[in-house]
Amino acid sequence: MKRIITMAVIAVIIVSLGVGFAAAKKQPPREKVTIVGSTALQPLSEAVVKNYQKLEPQTSITVQGGGSGTGLSQVQAGAVNVGSSDVFADQQDGIDEKKLTDHIVAVSGIVPIVNSRLGVDNLSLKQLRQIYTGEVTNWKQVGGPNLPITVINRATGSGTRVAFEQVVLKNGEHSVNAQEQDSNGTVKEIVRNTPGAISYISFAYLNKSVQPLKVDGVTPTAKNITTNKWQLWSYEHMYTQKKPTKATQEFINYMQTKEVQQKLVEKANYINIHDMKVQRTVNGKTSVKE
Amino acid sequence: MEDLKKRLTQPSIESKQEWFGKLISYLAMILIGGLVGIILIFLTLKGIALFKDNGVGVWHFLSGTDWQPSHHHYGALPMIVTSFSVTVLSGIIALPLALIVAIAITEMLPERVYQYLQPLIELLVGIPSVVYGYLGLTIIVPYLRQVFGGTGFGILAATCVLFLMILPTMTSMTIDSFRAVPQKYRQASIGLGATRWQTISRVIIPSAKNGVLTAMVFGMARAFGEALAVQMVIGNTTVIPKGLMESSATLTSVLTTGIGNTVMGTASNNALWSLALILLVMSLAFNLLMRLSSKKGAR
Amino acid sequence: MRPERVDRLATVIVLSLAGIVGMVVFSLLIYILAMGIPHINWHFLTAEAESFSAGGGIRDQLFNSLYLVVLTLIVSVPLALCAAIYLSEYAPANRWTQGLRLAIEVLSSLPSVVVGLFGYLVFVLQFGFDFSLLAGALALTILNLPILTRSCEDALRQVPYLQRQAGLGLGMSKWRVTTKIVLPAALPGIITGTILSAGRIFGEAAALIYTAGQSSPAINYADWNPFSPTSFLNPLRPAETLAVHIWKVNSEGLVPDARAVSNGSAAVLIITILLFNLIARYAGHRIKQHLTK
Repeated sequence: MKRIITMAVIAVIIVSLGVGFAAAKKQPPREKVTIVGSTALQPLSEAVVKNYQKLEPQTSITVQGGGSGTGLSQVQAGAVNVGSSDVFADQQDGIDEKKLTDHIVAVSGIVPIVNSRLGVDNLSLKQLRQIYTGEVTNWKQVGGPNLPITVINRATGSGTRVAFEQVVLKNGEHSVNAQEQDSNGTVKEIVRNTPGAISYISFAYLNKSVQPLKVDGVTPTAKNITTNKWQLWSYEHMYTQKKPTKATQEFINYMQTKEVQQKLVEKANYINIHDMKVQRTVNGKTSVKE
Repeated sequence: MEDLKKRLTQPSIESKQEWFGKLISYLAMILIGGLVGIILIFLTLKGIALFKDNGVGVWHFLSGTDWQPSHHHYGALPMIVTSFSVTVLSGIIALPLALIVAIAITEMLPERVYQYLQPLIELLVGIPSVVYGYLGLTIIVPYLRQVFGGTGFGILAATCVLFLMILPTMTSMTIDSFRAVPQKYRQASIGLGATRWQTISRVIIPSAKNGVLTAMVFGMARAFGEALAVQMVIGNTTVIPKGLMESSATLTSVLTTGIGNTVMGTASNNALWSLALILLVMSLAFNLLMRLSSKKGAR
Repeated sequence: MRPERVDRLATVIVLSLAGIVGMVVFSLLIYILAMGIPHINWHFLTAEAESFSAGGGIRDQLFNSLYLVVLTLIVSVPLALCAAIYLSEYAPANRWTQGLRLAIEVLSSLPSVVVGLFGYLVFVLQFGFDFSLLAGALALTILNLPILTRSCEDALRQVPYLQRQAGLGLGMSKWRVTTKIVLPAALPGIITGTILSAGRIFGEAAALIYTAGQSSPAINYADWNPFSPTSFLNPLRPAETLAVHIWKVNSEGLVPDARAVSNGSAAVLIITILLFNLIARYAGHRIKQHLTK
């Protein structure tokens, strides 16, 4: 008796799985788009995808992190549709940028931050450079309290660090060998908890727990970035292969529309790409957009 | 007659079952062995790419002290030293404490205490390492900074976090090995007039020694391989640490920080895989050493 | 000193040190719970996560964590149990067995990041599973096997040899003796080992970031067909677990209430493990009663 029941249960499970499989087969095939890369861009992409899925339920879009390097290498290998990155593809070792198409989907401001009890709120670009090359090691030397400076850098090869060093350091200069952290959140937490710490994060991650710094008296605002008065900013890229699938292209077009840029991109504290009055090349040359 | 002969000589149901049982347990073992083999081959191939394709000397890699992948300096010694010291320190602190807690629970306190504590210990094993890292960053690092000065980041902070993290695992396994000691041993020892402490120190610990060593290996392996929590409190500076309060970097923390920002197949990415290989080789060597020492002790 | 004195002294020292350690560890636990519990409410448990506005919940993450544990245990428990049976019942005591044992312990020393990357290159890309629960479960199996095999083997070995002899003497095959006599007797130990390893799976993040992924697409809880792409039961969909969510919110979270979400999630995770623990124990108890009847 027991045996019969067991057999019956197993049979029912197998049949229902078979029916389920057949039913799933019948559904119209869904276009799949996989986005892999920059962890910093992930929350924004996720929010855009959420809205997009309401418009295009037949496209299934997956957003994953993994870092800019992973994103670029996977899109180059053809393993994913979109590689999101905070750096230009040419700035990344081992990527053939000719195989890829660059789509700029947002602009991210970068802001130096210090511990909020430090009492410093402005540094000159030169002072910032001296701190990051290790010439200045005490806050006293730049008009602060007598406290050693704890420099926290971002991970080598991360987009934020590349953009920061391009503006702050002179050609051929290296950053001092210092603490390196990968993520905006961890950096913010360390600066919040360590008196004398300095680092830099994306605008999007800034909140009251840390003190943002003015550079040469310029306040870090979106408006100052659009005119390049605030020079610390970088593009957020979505790279695709030369011939992306239709669904991929459609999603990127959607992400670049004025509507998304105004609603979601600005809400996430990134800068609308349509507001930018300047453009920047890979080498860091900035020019006025026509 | 023929029929009877056939029935007597054909395999019995029992032997068929035996055959079946052997088959699936062998299969499982082969699967696991194969998996380990594939992982080892995979890691080795990935790990030696730096030496084979990018022309970095093995010795240079192991003894170099300058780690700047973006400028093609690949010296892994600082991370090796730090990983090693963090692991050994946390193991040294955790082992006696795990032993003490295990002794107290299995030999001194009533059985009921164990029944209540066991789920709690298992609970602690499940706390995500990120949470430990966060607690380290907000409680341990500021505390160390107040006591010892400096930034608070460094080997000591990492040791504290790891010690808390591996203690539950080690304690739980040590308890298991103490409980595996047959009750007869205790009775015989007490019967000979030994005190409880004599029984514990002369009978129980020696006979549970292998289990305790395994617990230590497991615990330290977890400490050695831990990345997310350590990364938050160690400071991630690739220099050879001069003291316990100097910010430094472990193999895993460099690996996690860098892997997402490098492109597969480039020298900087291969270098990270070489770090992973070192990690593996070191834990393998450590494992063998423990085995060897426990064998010698048993003789 | 007289042995009695030593005994008393040792008892006092051991008990007080153990007490201190216990206090430290439990205050840690209480601290985590106290930080998180005020944030837990029905909305937090049943709402979807938010990308950059406050008030997000952890519904999908919580379900994914549970489902992933179940999937991983489905894969790893039979494997570990068979391997443990081989090691404790069949394996000859030779170098080959020693080598296998060592191989399993080597697995335990693999850092989870490395397992994650291995899983990414092999399961996600090579096998074409994409970022999925299945790839995550396989990666976790690698992490899980050593400790599980170890505890299963220990549990089997603790069954007195006399019981096996009795069975063998009756003419039962070794396999029957193992499954009918040894296994039921070893069940409590096996269950403890499974729970212990399940706890580790609940808390694992590094290995999952590259395999199960760190985002959850919209899933439909009314769709019970595991082959449908939006079904919550589909093992081939990407899934963010609670531990990964804690990591993500801490490292790159844009939500203003990141701290609260992270604390709340940590507390939920601990409570979940506790519940899982108690249920598994109760179930194990019942199964044992059933088997020994």
